[in-house]
Amino acid sequence: MMGMRLQNIWQKNKTNLLTYGTVTVAFLVLQILSSQDMLSRSTQGYLVPICAYIVMAVSLNLVVGVSGELSLGHAGFMGVGAFVGVVISGSLKGAVESDALRLVLSMVGGGLMAGVAGVIIGVPVLRLRGDYLAIVTLAFGEILKNIIGNIYIGKDSSGLHFAMSAGGVSLEEGGTMLLKGPMGATGIEKLSSFTAGFLLILFTLFVVLNLIHSKEGRAIKAIRDNRIAAECVGIHVTAFKLKAFVVASVLAGMAGALFAQNYSAITADKFDFTNSINILVFVVLGGMGNILGSVISATVLYLLPELLRGLQDFRMILYAVVLIVVMLCTWSPQVKGKMQVARMWLGKQKDKIFRKGAADHA
Amino acid sequence: MEFLQYTINGISIGAVYAIIALGYTMVYGIAKMLNFAHGDIIMVGAYISFSVTSYLHMSPYLSVLIAMVGCVVLGVLIEALAYRPLRGAPSLAVLITAIGASYFLQNAAQLIWGSDPKNFTSIVTFSPIKLFDGQVTITGEVLVTVVTCIVIMIGLVLFTEKTKIGKSMRAVSEDRDAAQLMGIHVNRTISVTFAIGSALAAIAGILLCSTVPTLQPTTGSMPGIRAFTAAVFGGIGSIPGAMLGGLVLGLVETFTKGYISTQFSDAVVFLVLIVVLLVKPAGLLGKNIQEKV
Repeated sequence: MMGMRLQNIWQKNKTNLLTYGTVTVAFLVLQILSSQDMLSRSTQGYLVPICAYIVMAVSLNLVVGVSGELSLGHAGFMGVGAFVGVVISGSLKGAVESDALRLVLSMVGGGLMAGVAGVIIGVPVLRLRGDYLAIVTLAFGEILKNIIGNIYIGKDSSGLHFAMSAGGVSLEEGGTMLLKGPMGATGIEKLSSFTAGFLLILFTLFVVLNLIHSKEGRAIKAIRDNRIAAECVGIHVTAFKLKAFVVASVLAGMAGALFAQNYSAITADKFDFTNSINILVFVVLGGMGNILGSVISATVLYLLPELLRGLQDFRMILYAVVLIVVMLCTWSPQVKGKMQVARMWLGKQKDKIFRKGAADHA
Repeated sequence: MEFLQYTINGISIGAVYAIIALGYTMVYGIAKMLNFAHGDIIMVGAYISFSVTSYLHMSPYLSVLIAMVGCVVLGVLIEALAYRPLRGAPSLAVLITAIGASYFLQNAAQLIWGSDPKNFTSIVTFSPIKLFDGQVTITGEVLVTVVTCIVIMIGLVLFTEKTKIGKSMRAVSEDRDAAQLMGIHVNRTISVTFAIGSALAAIAGILLCSTVPTLQPTTGSMPGIRAFTAAVFGGIGSIPGAMLGGLVLGLVETFTKGYISTQFSDAVVFLVLIVVLLVKPAGLLGKNIQEKV
């Protein structure tokens, strides 16, 4: 018994270490490459968004893969975090000297607000199941996008001013508009850096992996595998689902704050349903519940359309085809069977060559 | 008078949503999958009609037929190539495949027709009816849309109730395995469903673009999502439910735009959906199936 338990712990730590290790090694390699000027300008531009999307994918994996709830509104939380983050760092400009501290504060603030949104949404929504949950999260994502796309916030010497219409904010002289409704936020300072992104990924991994392997995590997985049985052994289903959902939305908010402060301007349209779907694609292709899988697939799939840029108009078609083919190869019994046959045939050919080689040698 | 005008406009856009929602709801009821590519089939249908009338200078009515045939072929092809091999796979895998198909259609359309918006000429030629000294206008598009929607609705109900294929569709949606054991050709039934859904999508696309004349590769996605919402709203899998959901959604959208705010119409529409689902989790006309332990 004891030996088996130790083995389990070792197994668990091995996968965790592998995840942390892969991310750290990738970061160090990229850092060295970038210090040696071996990365092109466009590649360097992808680093922060990739970090943000890795965090998005890992956090969505907590909801979809670990908790087993299909959420189609994850980008909405990213949007909340992004805009709250921009407002915070914009309004602290001058008050807080250190850029790094401002970035951290904006990420914390963005994460908290996204978490509040997660609670407000999660409490009613998590009672629904399956496809209904999917459509309601989609609806909430669109509502969040719609609201943040219509807020006007300005800052002047007397403080912050909020309004829901363009004329609603009247500023003193020298005041600046932080959010301009459908025009989004403009003139954002670039506070995000690759290092900040890397640290956020580490933080996310730490939170998510620890949650998964904790008592709470086991309860969440039990609910996913059999809700009724879990309820029977006294697990409070909604509370645990809510926990996973809110943790994921906080992380998404932090990723949003990081993401937004990598650009000089950003609009609410960026955080629409299509974006949520893209993140879901990262999670599904990376493997449900597989954290390292999410990290890798977010990186590869974010880069794929960019790498295919040379193909111009064909690139998104190719992306779509890759998506369909991967799904068919993973899940279709017929396609899998054919692949098996092909593999056996290849094995035979290899065998033949090998035997021939051995015979020649003899 | 304003109220009447908004009601008429709401019913008109609602009827378009209803036609799209019928496609969603039938596919969901029978294949148990969310066909995300449905919204993009609408767009393809509108593009085909546009090309036939603008480039080949054929009659608009012929273009509707050609668009329907084109969309049926496309819908059945997508089902056979992408969805059929995944029968029995987890629903998320099918969902991602459907998303892939949706991306594919959007980008293929962009490649063929370009991303610049096309100006769709309405297929309806007769002049609007004016009531109350011109205070309320009923355009020809509104009339055609509403009549088409009613005809489709009655036709579909008769089709599912009276014909043999319709019966087999109901059987497959109720219990696929039992239906198969009774000698029903499940794959063929699902193909027929996709064919009907896609033909409806073509009609919906043309009606939509006759009312809102800008046509671009993303034209179908937002109406697609709204119609999907309408299907869920009315109770997914139920044909009258899709109709009702579409109409309610259209009315809510138009009234919000008219009386509250144009920017928040999406938010209000989705909020109504959420409230309805929280009160009636299976939708307005959906059957609430008790889970057996």
